[in-house]
This record gives sequence, C-alpha cells and structure tokens, in this order.
Amino acid sequence: MSELEIRPAETRNHTISFGPQHPAAHGVLRLILELDGEVVQRADPHVGLLHRGTEKLAETRTWVQSVPYMDRLDYVSMMVNEHAYCLAVERLLGIEVPLRAQYIRVMYDEITRIRNHLMNIGSHALDIGAMTLILYAFREREDLMDMYEAVSGARMHAAYYRPGGVYRDLPDAMPKYRESRFKNAAEVERLNSVRGSLLDFIEDFTERFPKYCDEYETLLSDNRIWKQRTVGIGVVSPEEALARGFTGVMLRGSGVEWDLRKKQPYAVYDRVQFDVPVGTAGDCYDRYLCRVEEMRQSNRIIRQCVEWLRKNPGPVIVDDHKVAPPKRVEMKSNMEALIHHFKLFSEGIHVPEGEVYAAVEHPKGEFAVYAVSDGANKPWRLKMRAPGYVHLSAMDAMARGHMLQDVVAIIGTMDVVFGEIDR
Amino acid sequence: MSAKLERLETAVRAALAPEAIGELAHHNGELTVVIDAKHYLEAMRTLRDDAALRFEQLVDLSGIDYSGYANGAVKKPQRYAAVAHLLSLAHNWRLRVRVYAPDDAFPVVPSVVDLWPSANWFEREAFDMFGIAFDGHPDLRRLLTDYGFVGHPLRKDFPVSGYMEMRYDEETARVCYQPVTIAPRENAPRIVREATYGEGGHV
Repeated sequence: MSELEIRPAETRNHTISFGPQHPAAHGVLRLILELDGEVVQRADPHVGLLHRGTEKLAETRTWVQSVPYMDRLDYVSMMVNEHAYCLAVERLLGIEVPLRAQYIRVMYDEITRIRNHLMNIGSHALDIGAMTLILYAFREREDLMDMYEAVSGARMHAAYYRPGGVYRDLPDAMPKYRESRFKNAAEVERLNSVRGSLLDFIEDFTERFPKYCDEYETLLSDNRIWKQRTVGIGVVSPEEALARGFTGVMLRGSGVEWDLRKKQPYAVYDRVQFDVPVGTAGDCYDRYLCRVEEMRQSNRIIRQCVEWLRKNPGPVIVDDHKVAPPKRVEMKSNMEALIHHFKLFSEGIHVPEGEVYAAVEHPKGEFAVYAVSDGANKPWRLKMRAPGYVHLSAMDAMARGHMLQDVVAIIGTMDVVFGEIDR
Repeated sequence: MSAKLERLETAVRAALAPEAIGELAHHNGELTVVIDAKHYLEAMRTLRDDAALRFEQLVDLSGIDYSGYANGAVKKPQRYAAVAHLLSLAHNWRLRVRVYAPDDAFPVVPSVVDLWPSANWFEREAFDMFGIAFDGHPDLRRLLTDYGFVGHPLRKDFPVSGYMEMRYDEETARVCYQPVTIAPRENAPRIVREATYGEGGHV
C-alpha cells in the first residue's frame, strides 16, 4: 500500500535576480525576487549601483560649484532639482529672488514636468508592451530640449538656476535649422517659422501640446491591453501611501489631495492658476491619468508665464555681488567688480550658520534639499530627499502577491530614476 | 515668526513631556526640536498620534556628523545625530526632530520604523553612511555602498577618495580591488569667516 501513497509534488520558491541589465529596470535596479510559481513572495531592491557620493562631494565644493551636481541627480527633471537647491541656499542667505527670475523658474519647472511625464509615460508603455507611445513622446521632448538648450546651452544638464536667480535672461532668438541632405528647403522653412524668440517658440509649443496629449490618450486611455496591465495593479490605499512617505503623483493617485505648489507655494505658484488632478483607485492606471492631466495643467501654467514674461522685463538675478557675479561689462572697467568676480568663483558664497529644508513639488514627488551650513563657503551637510528613493522602498509592499509581469508595471508607475535614488 | 509657527511651537510644548525636549528653536521659518535619545521613541509616537500635531508622514531622515563643526567654534552635545523631518498634511506644517546619539564610539538611536514604515530605507542609509545603529530596525543592512564595503563614507574622517578602488585586471581577466592610487586634492579651501566679513569699515 505504501508504494501507492500519493504525495503532493514538492514545490520550492524560486529566487531570481531582476536586473541590473533588464531593460525594464529603468537603469540599474537590481531586484531580488522570491517567486512562488509566477507570484512574487518577496521583493528586495538592491540599489546603489549608481552611487556617486554626491552628498560627500558637495561637502568639498563651494555652494555654487554644487549646482551642476543637482542636474545629475534626477537626470530626467534637471531644473527642478536645481530649484530645490537654490531655494535652500537662498533661504539660508535670506535673499529675495527677482520676480522675473521666479517666473522663469516656474516656467522651466513646468517644462521639466512635461519632459519628465513624457519620459515616464513613454517608457512605462514601452515596458508593458505599447511600443508606439515612446516615439510620440520623444518627438515632443525634442522641442522641450531645444528650450533647455536655448537658455543654458545644454540639452539636459542645464545648471541654469543659480542661487539668487537664473544664469541669464531668455534669448531673443532661437537657433535656426539650415538646409541639409536630411532637411529640404520646405521642411527648413516650416521648422524655422516658429523659431522667433524663445517665448514665441514656447508659446507655439503650448498651442500644439494639448492636441498631442489627446494623441497619447487615444493610444492608451481606452486601450484594452494597457488597461489590463494597469487597472487594479499596484493598488495603494491612502493610509498606506501616507505611512510609506509617498508624495507627488504616487500620493495623489491614491486620492490624497496634496501638492506643494498649492499647499506650500514657493516661487510664484500662488500667482498662477492650475488644478491638481487626484485619482480615486490608487492603481497604476489612475496614476497614469493623473500624469496626463498634470501635463495639461503644466501647459496651462507655461502659457500664463509666457504672457507675464512678455510684459515684464527686468533683472533675473540679484544685484548682490556676494551671491551673484557682476556683469562682464562692469568687470572690464570696475576694479571692485573684478575682485567680486574672483572672490565669488574662487572662495564662493559664505552662507550664514543654520539649517534649512527646502522642498519643491518635483514631477516625481517631494524633492527636498536639507542643507546645513556652519558659516563656511562649503555646505557642512547636504542631504537630498529623493522621492523615487522612498517610493522604491515600498517595492516589497506593492509587489507582494502580484505576478512577475506586474512588477514591471509597478516599476514603471513609480517613475524611478537611479540618479536620484543612488545619489 | 508667523502665527502658524507659534501655534505649532505651543502644540509641541503641550504634547511632549518637558524632560523630553532638549531644545526648541525656530530659524528660517522652521521649527526644530531636539529630543533626548531616551525619550525619542515615545516623543515620536506622540508627535504622530496627538490630535493637535498629527504628523502623518516622516518625509526625511538623515544622519549627520558634527565633528569639527564651525572649526570647533560651536559646540554640539554629541558627534552624531539623526535628523528627521515630519510633515502633517492635516495641519500643513513641518517639524524637524534631532536626536543626538549618546555614545560617540558606538552611536545608537531608537528606530522609528514601527511608527512610519518610510523610515526603513532612511535608517538603513544613515547606518550605511554614518554607522549610526538604529535599535529595533528589522533589517539594518547596508544600502547604497558596494557589497563588502568597509567604513562609513559620510563621516568627516573618511577621505573623499575613499580607501579602495576597483579596476579591471587584464592578467587575471577579472575585476579586482586595490588601495586607491589617487591623492585627494582640495581646489578651494574651506574657510569660516567672521560674521562681519566684507561689510566694509576695515580699510
């Protein structure tokens, strides 16, 4: 009898290493997944493969020299990182930024937000099987990168915001295309027709952009496969979202109305009109809808900023030469200006002793810089609070019980970028 | 000081036991409370649950090393501290909580993971970077540094260039570790000036 005894098949949990080379790992995420069949039992993210020690490096650089490091944190939304850093330094110094600079910052923050969300939605769709959208998204990102290039000379790592304002005023002319074997005369004519001043170019973009948003929604919002992959996946209740420190879209998708631009306004967010979209279900699909609506709202803010900036010329950086460099023309004739310039770029700004926590509504959530100064020309401690870091730390809680393919959807909806997570 | 900050200060004083509050100060429109390590966990629980405070979120927690702060001109009670930033959505205010680790040689502070799960990775990072141990943390592993890393890089006595470097070795055809070959250099020296520096008057 014992020979015929039926025994259940022996099953064992399987541990796999997801990434760091996996294309859906968004960079260098190494995820150790414990699987029972295809169901995730435990997810343990191993981060730090992109750790560059930004916080340590910042302690050895003067306050101005750390601005470009901020671009390289979240390398998909560069200028918003700079904004948090500049706010921290300005609050420690107790200086007021010219109004025009604040409008320029808000405009570029929103341009950055659109860039970030396009990247997120495009790559999220690509990860879970919709190839087309990323091609559409990158078409628009090209224009947004041109806007970056026009003010800073760089398409990504701008270093445009400086403590005290922005590096320079908006240019009167955009670079033009020239005829080549890739672009004929008619094409060049069409492309150059909107490339007047930078503000003309941005305004033209804001007119075109709502139609582009409709195109994205046509591709995804009612797409059956997209919905199957996102509706009911990665559901986070409002209570859990709060306890796990979620911010930004991850929190709003769960139905908590919290946006720093509205609740704790910085720069000129209290002077522009916009709405904050809030989800209900707290799943990946709701967060996607929030992101699309946020892009439309950002577009609205950009339009208001363009209108204001056209009417109100003025200085874009403070006139205090202990913080901002003097004009080049002044330096040629004025000895004191030359000394200021030399002192500013060799010794740097002396920031009074104190500590400050400057938070901004980053496209991914609350990005903040906690700066401690002991009165020296370098920060004593600079801590960057990265939203993606906190969201990724909830990976285990969000992925547990889901299928392996849903892990990809969850990584996509978290909008992780390893520059800011690993720092 | 704004009325709101005053309300917050009053609420914090009312909620926390007087012996728990080491220092309560506002600066740059932010309120900082220093809490003794013995009362830290209890005070944090009160800050989260008290109806007048309701700090639902722990948005940030980081370690800090004060050795050599302001070239010794400002004395800090201990070398290491953990600094937490709390946020209340209900009242729309923030609070900074600082707790000094009592022992410089082996800094330990209580963990707040049980109160806010978001503290998990923040505490792991502070442990990794500063060697501050969080008592009660369920999984205190290194997070950002390499597997098998030795030392705590954000301590002030850790050199920027580190101790070990990694390279690909042609002979053995594998990655190997070796002592660093680059010397640290300082392009702009660190200077703490007196408060009135550059204001004129001294010709």
